[in-house]
Amino acid sequence: MSEPLLDVRDLVVRYGPVTAVDHVSFALEAGETLALDGPSGCGKSSTALAVLLLRRPDGGEVRFEGRELTGLPERELRPLRPRMQPVLQDPYGSLSPRRRIRDAVAEPLKVRGRWDPGRGPARVAELLERVGLDRSYGDRRPHELSGGQCQRAGIARALACEPRLLVLDEPVSALDASVRAGVLNLLADLQDELGLGYLFICHDRAVVRHFADRVVELREGRVTSEWRPRSPGAALR
Amino acid sequence: MRGLSFDLHPGEVLGIVGESGAGKSLTARALLGMVPRGAVTGGTVVLRGSADPAAERGRRIGLVPQDALSALSPVHPVGDQLAAAVRSVRRVSRREAAARAVAALERVGIPDAARRARAYPHEYSGGMRQRAVIAMATVNEPDVVVADEPTTALDEERREQVLRVLTEQREAVGAALVLVTHDLDAVRRHADRVLVMYAGRAAELGAAGRVLDRPRAPYTAGLLASLPRPDGPPRRRLPALPGSPPAPGALGAGCAFAPRCPLAVPACRAHEPEPRPLDGRLVACHRAADVPDPIREFL
Repeated sequence: MSEPLLDVRDLVVRYGPVTAVDHVSFALEAGETLALDGPSGCGKSSTALAVLLLRRPDGGEVRFEGRELTGLPERELRPLRPRMQPVLQDPYGSLSPRRRIRDAVAEPLKVRGRWDPGRGPARVAELLERVGLDRSYGDRRPHELSGGQCQRAGIARALACEPRLLVLDEPVSALDASVRAGVLNLLADLQDELGLGYLFICHDRAVVRHFADRVVELREGRVTSEWRPRSPGAALR
Repeated sequence: MRGLSFDLHPGEVLGIVGESGAGKSLTARALLGMVPRGAVTGGTVVLRGSADPAAERGRRIGLVPQDALSALSPVHPVGDQLAAAVRSVRRVSRREAAARAVAALERVGIPDAARRARAYPHEYSGGMRQRAVIAMATVNEPDVVVADEPTTALDEERREQVLRVLTEQREAVGAALVLVTHDLDAVRRHADRVLVMYAGRAAELGAAGRVLDRPRAPYTAGLLASLPRPDGPPRRRLPALPGSPPAPGALGAGCAFAPRCPLAVPACRAHEPEPRPLDGRLVACHRAADVPDPIREFL
C-alpha cells in the first residue's frame, strides 16, 4: 500500500504537568476527510497545532508525504510548510484588518519568494473566484466582508501555495447557519477537484457526520474510538 | 428591531432564533429594559400589568447571559453573590438569604450545594458556572427567565445539561423561559413556541414543532434545508441559501429577505410584508402559501 498523506504516530503534547495529547495515532489519505471530535479540552486543537509543527510535539511522529517532520530543524521544515495549511475558526481574526483581501491572499506567495509580478495578480483573482468571491472583493478589507465571505478569503489564502493538506479548525463554527452550508459545499468541491486531505476539527455532530469520511474521537487526550459516518451502523451513534 | 410584537404565557418556553445581527439579543435585552445607551426606542413591554420591565429586573424577570464567567464576580463566593441578589429585592435576614441561595444552587443540580456556596467561581467547572448563573437568575423565583445564548460557549454534552436545567426551572419556580439561540435543534427539543427573526423583524411565530416541521416563511425553510441532517446521506452537497444577511443600515423598502429568496417576486421588493395568520402561526411573507413541502426541494 502506498504511503498515506499524513501519518501521525503516538503523538504526545504536554503543557507543564498536563498531558493534552496522549499517544494519539491516525492516518489520512489524500482526498480524504478525517474529523477529530470530542468535548472542549479533549486535545483536538493541540493535535492540530502539533500536526502543523506550530507547536513541537513532546513525543511521537508526524509523517507527511512520507517524511518524518518532528525531527527536522525549522530550516528544513520551511519549504514543506506551504503544503500543509491551517484554516481557523475566527474568519476576521485570521486576516489582518488593515490589509486588502488581495494582499492577504498574495502574502503567502510573496513570503515564499514565489510572487511573479506579471502573473501574480491574475493568480489572486483566480483564487478569489475559485472560492466564490467576485474578484472585486480583492480591493476590500476584512470588515467590509461578511463572516462567510471572510472565511472564503481565508480559504483562498490557504490555497495560494498549492497545499496537499488543510487543517480546518472549527472552520464553520463561527458562521451563521444560512451561510455555513455554502462554505461546506465549497470545501467539498475543492477536495474533489484538488484531491486535498482534510484534518477537520469540529464539535458539531451533525456537521461531522455530514462532512467526514472517518471520525476519530478524543477524550482527555486519548483516542477513544474511530468510526465511519457512512457505514451502516453509524446512524445508531 | 423593527416593529416586533409577541406574547409569552406563564410557564411557557419561547425560543427566539435567527442569525447574528437579526436582533435576537437586542430583543432579549429589551425585555429587561436593557437597551444600549443612545438607542431610539418605541413600543412597550408589559409584564403582568407592569409596563416598566427594568423595575422588575432581578425580581420578576431574570437574565441568564451568554458568558457565565464574566457574569459572576471573581472576588466573592458564589453563595454570597446569590444571597446579595435575594437581599437586593427582599427584606429577609442574612440567614434566610443564604438558605435561599443554597436552595437555588440545589435546584440547578449543584452537588453538595451548601459547601459549594462558599466556593469562588474559579473553583467551579464551566458547566457548573453556567448553572450557577441560572441559579442567580432564578433565586428570586421570577415569572420570566430570559436566557441569551446560554449554551453557545459549551460543548455538546454540557449544552444539553444546561438546557435541561433551564427548562426544569419552569417546574421548580413556575417561570416562563425566553431562550435566545441559533441552535434550532435545541428549540425543537425544548421550546413550546418559536419566534424566527430576520433583519430585526419576525419572519415566523408559532408552535415550535409546527414551524420547524412545516415552515411557511422562506427564510425558516431555507435555514432548515441548509442544515446537515443526522439521518441524511453523508457528503452530499447541502442546499445553501445564496448571499448573506443584510447590514442593518442597508435595508430597502421591500422584504429584507427578498434578495436571497428563491420565491421573491416584484411585490416582495416593493412592500415589506406584515405578519399575518396562516396554518396556525404568524408569517410575514407575500409568498407564504407557496413555500414547498418537503423543504428539501426548496433550494
